[in-house]
Amino acid sequence: MPEPMPQVRDAIEIELEHHQQATRDVPDRPERAVLEVDNVNVYYGDYLAVRNVSVDFGHNEITALIGPSGCGKSTILRSLNRMNDLIVGARVEGPIRYWGQDMYAPGIDPIEVRRRIGMVFQKPNPFPKSIYDNIAYGPRVTGMSVASMDDHVEQALTKAALWDEVKDKLKQSAYGLSGGQQQRLCIARTIAVQPDVILMDEPCASLDPIATLRIEELMAELRDQYTIIIVTHNMQQAARVADRTAFFTAAIDPDTGERHGELVEYDKTTKIFESPADSRTEGYISGRFG
Amino acid sequence: MSSVSSTPTGRAITPGRSVGPPSGPPSGASFDTLEAGPPRSSDLRGRRRPGELIARGLLAGAAMLSVVITAGIVIALLVPALTFFEQVPILDFLTGTRWTPRFADASYGVLPLITATAWTALVALAVAVPCGLGSAIYLSEYAPERLRRILKPILELLAGVPTVVFGYFALLWFTPFLQDLGLEVGPFSLLSAGMVMGVMIIPTIASVSEDAMSAVPNALRQGSAALGANRMQTSLRVVFPAAFSGVVAAVVLGISRAVGETMIVTIAGGQMVQMVSNPLQQGATMTTFIANAALGDSRVGSLEYNTLFVVGLLLFLLTLIVNLIAIELVRRFRQEY
Amino acid sequence: MSLYTPAASGADARRAVLSTSGRSKEQTPQSVLFIVLLWLSLLIGFVTLAVLLVDTFADGLSRLDGRLFTGYPSSRAEEAGARPAILGSLWVVGTTAVLAVPLGVAAAVHLEEFADRKRWWNRLVEINISNLSAVPAIIYGMLALGALALIGVQQKNIVIGGAIALAMLILPVIIISTREAVRAVPRELRDGSLAIGATPLQTTWRITLPAALPGIATGTILGLSRALGEAAPLLLLGGLVFLRFDPNGMLSQFTTMPIQIFSWTAQPQAEFHTLAAGASMLLMALVLLMNGAAIYIRNRYQKRW
Repeated sequence: MPEPMPQVRDAIEIELEHHQQATRDVPDRPERAVLEVDNVNVYYGDYLAVRNVSVDFGHNEITALIGPSGCGKSTILRSLNRMNDLIVGARVEGPIRYWGQDMYAPGIDPIEVRRRIGMVFQKPNPFPKSIYDNIAYGPRVTGMSVASMDDHVEQALTKAALWDEVKDKLKQSAYGLSGGQQQRLCIARTIAVQPDVILMDEPCASLDPIATLRIEELMAELRDQYTIIIVTHNMQQAARVADRTAFFTAAIDPDTGERHGELVEYDKTTKIFESPADSRTEGYISGRFG
Repeated sequence: MSSVSSTPTGRAITPGRSVGPPSGPPSGASFDTLEAGPPRSSDLRGRRRPGELIARGLLAGAAMLSVVITAGIVIALLVPALTFFEQVPILDFLTGTRWTPRFADASYGVLPLITATAWTALVALAVAVPCGLGSAIYLSEYAPERLRRILKPILELLAGVPTVVFGYFALLWFTPFLQDLGLEVGPFSLLSAGMVMGVMIIPTIASVSEDAMSAVPNALRQGSAALGANRMQTSLRVVFPAAFSGVVAAVVLGISRAVGETMIVTIAGGQMVQMVSNPLQQGATMTTFIANAALGDSRVGSLEYNTLFVVGLLLFLLTLIVNLIAIELVRRFRQEY
Repeated sequence: MSLYTPAASGADARRAVLSTSGRSKEQTPQSVLFIVLLWLSLLIGFVTLAVLLVDTFADGLSRLDGRLFTGYPSSRAEEAGARPAILGSLWVVGTTAVLAVPLGVAAAVHLEEFADRKRWWNRLVEINISNLSAVPAIIYGMLALGALALIGVQQKNIVIGGAIALAMLILPVIIISTREAVRAVPRELRDGSLAIGATPLQTTWRITLPAALPGIATGTILGLSRALGEAAPLLLLGGLVFLRFDPNGMLSQFTTMPIQIFSWTAQPQAEFHTLAAGASMLLMALVLLMNGAAIYIRNRYQKRW
């Protein structure tokens, strides 16, 4: 196994140290898979965007999907709660099972899927409503029976570590919040419908380092209660927060000349960063840490 | 670990329903324990949402209503028209030069109405096309943004003036003004009606053609400037040709407006039905005739009543053809850029 | 196709590009003549608008008095007023709004959010709406006439009949502007709502439509101001009547301000022309106010995203 360059090694070690401080150890394989992706291909029209992906996402674990642009990690993420349905021509082939149930089988309601598997987006997208109504929106539309909406909103904001900052301005527009606060509001909004899994598509891409740190801390706090799957471009972030990491890359099909995304390696984060099994993972991580 | 939340599991957001951490691999039947959220069925299968279906059906129905309206127009016009053509040969209608439905010696040649319509439309376009295109070029190529933000709304206000007020203005101010200029126009003239109508149409032509010119990519302008062309040359030789289909669409829409306009010609154009050979004359356009016939008390179902719908049908078909050409041209310039 | 499309603006940028080509070349005689002609073409519209406003104002000011609002039509100009016409306009335009706004918004939402563009019938609907927006107003009067005849209504000059005609007339305006407004709402907002398990309809109703409200309001106001100023279709429904009572319901006989103005303009006596000018001022004040409000709302909320 090729050794990363010394200074890269240092950087990885620092991050992994953070990782060890922040996380508990996880078993080699997920004990209980909440989502099983089983030989899945995703197409946009005729174009095979991601091919042959198999991965089991562990319950109450944080999994990071990393890899270069165009490797299909966001595509896979959006397939996990059928957000891809909204893109014209997008098609998922092969089962993705949520607690054993294929979410792409006929008769499955994508709305039911999304109620259990929420999503936080790259750019904070609060609704043009008050902070309170942003949180209350989900319980209202999904018809949750909530004893006290005020308490519910407070708890969701508390869990998203936002309550103290906004408790005095709940009726004000969410657009008045900073970018980082908006993103935590979006997380709170997702939590408020009590999902099982939260998908995060580069949630810190548009945030400054301090706001990013807050989101990462928040993820660590949420880990015990939710399964989190996060797409990130930031290796350090993956190393800091994720229990497991899946590395994707884009490969050119020698027959057709087309680029397809594929999963290279999926393992415990410590394993991926310390001793990756695949040289492509190794190369990518070294380059990124340099 | 969960330092923020007071509840150990975090799943007890909803009071009164605390759910412990899930234990053991869930089977299909038991995984609703994972779902702290109340009313959740235990699987992902579609819940029936009859309200959703009904509402979406209603929305689709509202959209389809527009087709019903068109069908209604065709039926409402075609049925009386067919009755009319049972009694009057269609060729006589289209080529006859006398329109005297109220005379004992009734004649149903539509050409007098057409000539009057054509002259007013021609006069209107003679005013509206140069002014509309000139305004569009100025707004799109010359006006600084601040000025543009003032000029455009004023132009749009012009489009908002009720046509009956334009009619009043044409009859009581513009016609006397033309007479003061020494033109030999009577109290009613197609020239006066047409010119005022032309001013009314300026915003239509300016707006649609300015859209088309704004859609021309800046790269074309830069290329022209790089070859040493000044702004006038760029506007006329690069932007204008590039936006041509949009400009034609604007003109065609203007034609449609001019042919269909009623109040200005009814008020200021005169009511005498005659073959019009120059716009200084007065004359009844198709719309004038329809408006006047509606004011009269013709019996429902009579031949005279049906003439209303025949002329209406002709008007509808004329504007339909013109509109479809405009729609196709607009689609084309939207696709080009 | 819409007259009120907020066109992408970039003349400044273009100017910046073009001004690099040098000042001297911009001042050849032809160039100067050209820009003078452009100015002239704009001026013709503006000057006409100004003359029209001033002339109507000068003519009508003496009769823009209380009697215009309280009086009933009369064969004696000094006693005549536009009270039934003003109330009639309010009744008809109000009823038009009730009919056209929900239908127009619903149709626009269907086309923009739910319709499958590849289906031929949805394309048909789109072309059809484009065409309807340019069908002469008077044709809608004939359609309403036919519709009333079909359901066997004897009295054709009733508020609901006029409202049907005007609603059909402004439906395309509302549909086209609502579609533009809905299209301008960013995808991310819809995604955010759908990702927490809202249905597409809930997303439309609670997120997309509220966000599109300024645009919808603009289109609706413009459409209603057009309905307020329109006379031709109502003439066909026998709107030119001599009413000496206030319209008081959907089935009431009515006349409207534009028709009253038309009627007075057609009288030979100058006193009636003064009345027509006074009523025109009132009508224009209302219509221009509505247009101004629409333009204001549009400019104010245009760049929210």
